Amino acid sequence: MITVTGLRKAYGDVVALDGVDLHVGKGEVFGVLGRSGAGKSTLLRCVNLLERPDEGVVTVDGRELTTLGAADLRRARQRIGMIHQHFALLSSRTVAGNVAFPLEVMGVGRAARARRVAEMLDLVGLADRAGAYPAQLSGGQKQRVGIARALAAEPSVLLSDEATSALDPATTQSILALLRRLNRELGLTILLITHEMDVIKAVCDSAAIMSDGRIAEAGPIPELLATPGSRLAAELFPLPPAEPGTVTVALAADQTLLSRLARTHDVDVAVAAGAVEQVAGVAAGRLRLRITGAGTAAALAELRERGLLVEEDA
Amino acid sequence: MTWSEMSPLLWEATGQTAVMVGWSTLFTVLFGLPLGVCLAGTDRGGLFPAPAVRRVLGLVVNIGRSLPFIVLMIAVIPVTRVLTGTTIGTAAAVVPLTIGAVPFFARLVETALREVGRDVVQAAEAMGAGRVTIVARVLLPEALPGLVAGLTVTVVTLISYSAMAGVIGGGGLGDLAVRYGYQRFETTLMVVTVVVLVVVVQLAQTLGDAVARRLSHR
Repeated sequence: MITVTGLRKAYGDVVALDGVDLHVGKGEVFGVLGRSGAGKSTLLRCVNLLERPDEGVVTVDGRELTTLGAADLRRARQRIGMIHQHFALLSSRTVAGNVAFPLEVMGVGRAARARRVAEMLDLVGLADRAGAYPAQLSGGQKQRVGIARALAAEPSVLLSDEATSALDPATTQSILALLRRLNRELGLTILLITHEMDVIKAVCDSAAIMSDGRIAEAGPIPELLATPGSRLAAELFPLPPAEPGTVTVALAADQTLLSRLARTHDVDVAVAAGAVEQVAGVAAGRLRLRITGAGTAAALAELRERGLLVEEDA
Repeated sequence: MTWSEMSPLLWEATGQTAVMVGWSTLFTVLFGLPLGVCLAGTDRGGLFPAPAVRRVLGLVVNIGRSLPFIVLMIAVIPVTRVLTGTTIGTAAAVVPLTIGAVPFFARLVETALREVGRDVVQAAEAMGAGRVTIVARVLLPEALPGLVAGLTVTVVTLISYSAMAGVIGGGGLGDLAVRYGYQRFETTLMVVTVVVLVVVVQLAQTLGDAVARRLSHR
């Protein structure tokens, strides 16, 4: 749905993007993690060409945006929703007026606009605040308006620029739950950038980590968990330093891994440490296990073969 | 001087001030608002950056603002003649008043537009809005309280400028105070004129503040 290849962007001597490739599949929630200054914000803003990359190609929903003229680009942008860290709502317009804005830009008629606005406000649970001004809303409500506005024009893609960074933890969770619901119900593809691990864990199917203008690592989260030496997995699911005689395994799709291991190989499995959380609705993470008993070697062989063995510490 | 002698003079002068300030305010908005939009828009990081254009506009505006009004009024007499066919009278005073206030108002417009958050403008760009749409539907509405505040300051400045219009026969309250209060030693009339001016300025400012507050939803 979103494909970015060979993206480069420099501001004077500062290289913000240094050859970035990224692919986000249809219906996927893709998170880009990175510290401030890593280039993730520039990357996101290159996807709808708010920033023009110096080099590289951006394709969204089959259209190569980097080759479009001004008018075509404006039309393409109408199909790409965006939400912002500080909401970027128009203070002079009511909630309904803000949601109507992208429809006005597209030239949608008054009646159709009103209908669509009501639908969107219903979707984000703000139908009763249609006449309020942004200044009268809480941060979480403002971001809901931002989401309703971003989705009013029925975009195929939603870009999220640190959308929860200005919110408290509880509100963050509710906004993330909303994004997840929209992803499922509308089949919406979401590309989000964040510096918060929890955001990635809460909503993302896939993730990438950026530093110094490059993607250091990227992939579906279950795969990352099973990748030895994965920086992203280590940051998302930090474990204490390994003890002798333990192994580290990835827990993702196979939820009954431990009990079956014990049954088939006649081993005892003890958990020495673990970092497991709900990721995109299933338990995922890493476990450090102490496996003992006659079948230990066979059990380890199976883990290794299935690519779940992340680390062995003799 | 008795009240019955002063009253018609005061009414006439107040009417002349109202005519001068009213028309010049209208023309100032007509020319100053687009000029202010251009000043803000042509800046680096503006909607339509054009550093060369901006430098020229900035220079013109600064020249306009650096001239004392009384000098400007004399200096633009040829322009006044072309535009109104005369160089004296209330109508003739509208020309220098407008020329004097346009650069002033344009700078205030520029400042008000700058106050609009960059993120809001970029959000509109991200939604596929063009520049005209952004100016008309984002910048101006978002800056409206600031624009009204700027207009209020401009009106008060125009009232003050209009006091000098007597020099070219424009009449008005300031002229009344000079001709009767000062040159004929009519202290009472002087005091009354000053009171009227203060009240008029207060009214303008209070009204402007109220409208700006009403429009602000921040």
